[in-house]
Amino acid sequence: MAVEKMSIAKALNESLRKALEQDPKVLIMGEDVGKLGGVFRITDGLQKDFGEERVIDTPLAESGIVGTAIGLALRGYRPVVEIQFDGFVFPAYDQIVTQLAKMHARALGKVKMPVVVRIPYAGGIGAVEHHSESPEALFAHVPGLKVVSPSNASDAYWMLQQAILSDDPVIFFEPKRRYWDKGEVDFDAIPGELHKARVSREGSDVTLAAYGPMVKVCLEAAAAAAEEGKSVEVLDLRSMSPVDFDGIQASVEKTRRLVVVHEAPVFLGVGSEVAARITERCFYHLEAPVLRVGGFHAPYPPARLEDEYLPGLDRVLDAVDRSLAY
Amino acid sequence: MTVESTAARKPRRSSGTKRAAGAASAAKPAAATAQTQDVVPQLVQLLTPEGDRVDNAENAEFAPFVADITTEDLRGLYRDMVMTRRFDGEATALQRQGELGLWASLLGQEAAQIGSGRALNDEDYVFPTYREHGVAWCRGVDPTNLLGMFRGVNHGGWDPNTNNFHLYTIVIGSQTLHATGYAMGVAKDGADSAVIAYFGDGASSQGDVAEAFTFSAVYNSPVVFFCQNNQWAISEPTERQMRVPLYQRAQGFGFPGVRVDGNDVLACLAVTRWALDRARRGEGPTLVEAFTYRMGAHTTSDDPTKYRRDEETAAWEAKDPILRLKAHLLATGGADEAFFTELEAESEAMGKRVREAVRAMPDPDTMAIFENVYADGHALVDEERAQFAAYLASFEEGH
Ligand SMILES: Cc1ncc(C[n+]2csc(CCOP(=O)(O)OP(=O)(O)O)c2C)c(N)n1
Repeated sequence: MAVEKMSIAKALNESLRKALEQDPKVLIMGEDVGKLGGVFRITDGLQKDFGEERVIDTPLAESGIVGTAIGLALRGYRPVVEIQFDGFVFPAYDQIVTQLAKMHARALGKVKMPVVVRIPYAGGIGAVEHHSESPEALFAHVPGLKVVSPSNASDAYWMLQQAILSDDPVIFFEPKRRYWDKGEVDFDAIPGELHKARVSREGSDVTLAAYGPMVKVCLEAAAAAAEEGKSVEVLDLRSMSPVDFDGIQASVEKTRRLVVVHEAPVFLGVGSEVAARITERCFYHLEAPVLRVGGFHAPYPPARLEDEYLPGLDRVLDAVDRSLAY
Repeated sequence: MTVESTAARKPRRSSGTKRAAGAASAAKPAAATAQTQDVVPQLVQLLTPEGDRVDNAENAEFAPFVADITTEDLRGLYRDMVMTRRFDGEATALQRQGELGLWASLLGQEAAQIGSGRALNDEDYVFPTYREHGVAWCRGVDPTNLLGMFRGVNHGGWDPNTNNFHLYTIVIGSQTLHATGYAMGVAKDGADSAVIAYFGDGASSQGDVAEAFTFSAVYNSPVVFFCQNNQWAISEPTERQMRVPLYQRAQGFGFPGVRVDGNDVLACLAVTRWALDRARRGEGPTLVEAFTYRMGAHTTSDDPTKYRRDEETAAWEAKDPILRLKAHLLATGGADEAFFTELEAESEAMGKRVREAVRAMPDPDTMAIFENVYADGHALVDEERAQFAAYLASFEEGH
């Protein structure tokens, strides 16, 4: 068994399966997660094997899904809820922000909120509106929530395990355009900490920090830059709350240059916080200002424009060049 | 208007002419089967699946609302349904050919949409979901406009005020509140018009829809909630959304709910006219549940074989809204073969026009990303637009 090659979608499915097997308190909830196995088939086959009491098709009501998950958590369950697409989390945003995030603090630490909210997010699949958004900063800004996003199959498997085991609410963003990308999963591995960044590729001239769907783009950019003789380090942040600033600092102290890349709008995005903190921490190490590449201050555009909107190889390489030009 | 208290529906096929509400109930959750009574909820029907006109106690209140309908009107309704189905079929084909990214088909729901759509006056305002292609047709929206968002060139593609037909809304249930607010405005203005909000059976679970019911009831707003219960919300049957028949939910909010045979265009027309009339007379909101069926997949990315039985679909095929009116027109001498042949040619021509228009639809200009973000302009958008333009220009200069 140990190591197997599989898609991110399959790794998530295996991870949910293992969680259901290991702990009878784990529940899967969401729209279409049962017979259909979810619109992305992440829960495929789980209802068949674990029954309707464990894998629950909910009414079409996101506030209801998260609100009842909170109640189930109060009763000792560990709900893993699926929001069908990024743009549909907002009916539940109230429950997530005003209730889920604050319950532990309000109860003087006496209650735990082990709720995972899985959200297929970000663009690149040619969808209609509300199906391609990157709202992670809106959640990372809220104290009490953990916010993470895997970029590969191994992390998909292990980070979801860790999220389910966490006694805090975790907003688990799944990069939907990477669902079908394959990678190796070591089922016997001892996984790294949920909130540690990982060096995905070593380099010495400039650090590219990204998470979720943009890690792949950054790795491709690093490979392209290498052909031009530039050594680019790629850091997979993996977590947007908390952010592993120590990990970024270590990389920046080596390369002295940082570019943060995400699909979400640049303005007040996760990259803004990283830039500010790293500027504070590494002021005397930096050879260039921290640059950000990301979405514009505009609604996510119709599908025929998303290739222009989304940061691609060229925009990332352009930022690398600008950083190196200082 | 009577509102029966009926427990969860027991599946049964109708035999007579009156109550054709044999509920499709695949995958009914166990919890919903408590205290089942052998009562099929009332269903307003004017045309049987065989195409016969019926008069009965259940339709007595509504039948007068179509007393003025002439044979020519009936042919018009038939034409609307055929054209709409042809358009929908063309769009499905265009999606398969890669011209559209996605399509939400209305196949099977033509009567609900044309019946309700033709009940509207020009000044009435429509708040659709994403499947109301037949209502758009009734409003005079050019069908090709509906395809832009499914092709991925825009997020709407028409000016909602031209035809009083709002943009398609993808976030489930949201538009019911917009419709209610609009209706509150209509009432404040003392205008003699009404508002209609479309949504699905699944949508009725959303908090927004409950809040729309609440607001419209307490403000007595001139709004008709037109729910097309097509039995499924993607893979989830209606029973996964509620335990009582959908139309009965209105009662708890303090306004009437009516279930109409959604495959009967005449009944849909009558009931919607009745509800709009109430709204215009200041009698407040109504919930209309059009009991119908989604013959195809939820959208072109859905696979209904994962959750739905073929027998169920086949049973609904026998209730087809178009065949029903055709049978009626033929039996009553309301139309001859020449009419159907001409219509066939007309719908083919429309299909061709749509096909050509879609293929010729240009991709939007890249800079459109920055257009209309604000009505007043915005310094950050201006800055990002200029930066991006300079970035793109750098390629042309052989950067
Ligand atoms: C708030 C929200 N949640 C989830 C979705 C995804 N979704 C799109 S259509 C749909 C089912 C809708 O069913 P129903 O309301 O019955 O309308 P129908 O499509 O059957 O006409 C779902 C779950 C969405 N669009 N919006």
